[in-house]
Amino acid sequence: MGSLQLQSIRKSFGNQDVLKGIDLDVKDGEFVIFVGPSGCGKSTLLRVIAGLEDASSGSVRIDGKEVSAVPPAKRGIAMVFQSYALYPHLTVKDNMGLGLKQVGETKAVIDQRVAKASAMLSLDPYLARRPSEMSGGQRQRVAIGRAIVREPKLFLFDEPLSNLDAALRVQTRLEIAGLHRRLKATMIYVTHDQVEAMTLADKIVVLNAGQVEQVGSPMELYNKPTNLFVAGFIGSPQMNFISAEKLGQSGAKTIGIRPEHIALSREAGEWKGKVIHVEHLGADTIVYLEAETTGLLTVRLFGEHAYAPDDIVHATPDTVLMHRFDAEGRAIS
Amino acid sequence: MSNARTAPVRTALIHLALLSYTVIALFPVFLTVVNSFKSRAAIFREPMAVPSPATFSLIGYETVLKQGDFLGYFQNSMIVTIASIALVLLFGAMAAFALSEYRFRGNLLMGLYLALGIMIPIRLGTVAILQGMVATGLVNTRTALVLVYTAQGLPLAIFILSEFMRTVSDDLKNAGRIDGLSEYSIFFRLVLPLVRPAMATVAVFTMIPIWNDLWFPLILAPGEATKTVTLGAQMFIGQYVTNWNAVLAALSLAIMPVMILYVIFSRQLIRGITAGAVK
Repeated sequence: MGSLQLQSIRKSFGNQDVLKGIDLDVKDGEFVIFVGPSGCGKSTLLRVIAGLEDASSGSVRIDGKEVSAVPPAKRGIAMVFQSYALYPHLTVKDNMGLGLKQVGETKAVIDQRVAKASAMLSLDPYLARRPSEMSGGQRQRVAIGRAIVREPKLFLFDEPLSNLDAALRVQTRLEIAGLHRRLKATMIYVTHDQVEAMTLADKIVVLNAGQVEQVGSPMELYNKPTNLFVAGFIGSPQMNFISAEKLGQSGAKTIGIRPEHIALSREAGEWKGKVIHVEHLGADTIVYLEAETTGLLTVRLFGEHAYAPDDIVHATPDTVLMHRFDAEGRAIS
Repeated sequence: MSNARTAPVRTALIHLALLSYTVIALFPVFLTVVNSFKSRAAIFREPMAVPSPATFSLIGYETVLKQGDFLGYFQNSMIVTIASIALVLLFGAMAAFALSEYRFRGNLLMGLYLALGIMIPIRLGTVAILQGMVATGLVNTRTALVLVYTAQGLPLAIFILSEFMRTVSDDLKNAGRIDGLSEYSIFFRLVLPLVRPAMATVAVFTMIPIWNDLWFPLILAPGEATKTVTLGAQMFIGQYVTNWNAVLAALSLAIMPVMILYVIFSRQLIRGITAGAVK
């Protein structure tokens, strides 16, 4: 009931190309996340799917039906915005029911669907309030409720958690994940936060400069990035990139190793170096060191470790988990 | 009430400045109203004095109500002013919405063109306007005045409103589009309520010059049936003799309606003027 196909979608503003030919296939019930740095075109792509922007060329199909000429309201989509975008003059109940009212649903149907959505999001006590009388988290729940009420084929989320504080973000993230499990609806979600992407997605689409860099499940992207950009973008702290020359390795230009795949020892190891800075996070300890052969290295150790700046240490990478990239930045398998 | 940010001398000076401005601004109004209640001799003998039992006289108001159709003049002024404000707000807001919301070729040029009227006074075109009105048979009608005042008010209205409309969240309009609201519903039901303070600002700036205008009523609609209050009051000013009682009474009366309109808009107005600065 909610598949989506994009075929060579291009979009330019003036002579600036924002999207440079995007192809994508989303199956019914999938949770797909567009992730990428700001300005990569992910929001524009979402707006093209919603019909809020016309693509310069290419086709958008929802459920196999070409919708390029269909207005947003008739595409069977619902959208949740970063700024909530609730109607300030309407109560929560009317906010949620407006879409149905516009298509001429009867009051009984609207009431029943609003009741169902508000029960799902525990919004019952607030139905008579106006958006200005609610907190940010509650407003975002109303915005999600407004989307649910429409029973769309596609849910579109445009950075829905960016305006919430950290604690609320985690809680709302769980709610969205639960919602996806219960509704089994197709969801497309835009974020610049890779943690959101990794935790929520069935499938992540990494975008950069208007192009798709890689599409895959969170673990595929983590374990098998196809190029330098994806390798650097997914995972935190960022993957260490070392020039292959320095390591005396041939057949590759750059070697990548994730901070968590390096072991540290005070006695012996492959790369000797001096600790510059240590971050103690409780569960993790992140050590930055200047190694003689490799330059700056980030190492992530699990648990607490008593390293301090200026300590001399030895780092040893897990060679099985190393990534190798050629001169164009493509991964060598 | 004393805290770190208020020095007594500074506060006193600020109040002095504000009070003197208030006195300067209100003095002519005070003089007009006070003298309208005095006899002719008293006006000339002691123009500053408040009416005493000896000098009190309603002769001015009697003259105004007896001579000429002052109620009719008021009605004309009201109709012209309110119709003009309504049209300026409607068309101004629509043009501003189009300029701020839609990307089209020549958007910027169109915006500049529409704002040009702020810099060029409409009175420069009086002769052409009069010829046009004569040709269309609109001379001596209130329609002529409404048309001219609408044209006069639009540039500033579009300029102010388009700036405000740019601040209305895109997401909100897009949410409306997804919920199936037409562009007209988005304009009337989502955007207009949010720019209400700006609308009030524009209404006040538009209203006062129209209400006070003498030029266009004198040229386009000097007939008895279409005279406005400002023009009506002129009949008491003669070349040799001026009936000051009547002039002052007419002016005192003319202040009232515009003041009522101002009070209606002013609550919104303050928010409109400070919105950009404070938020």
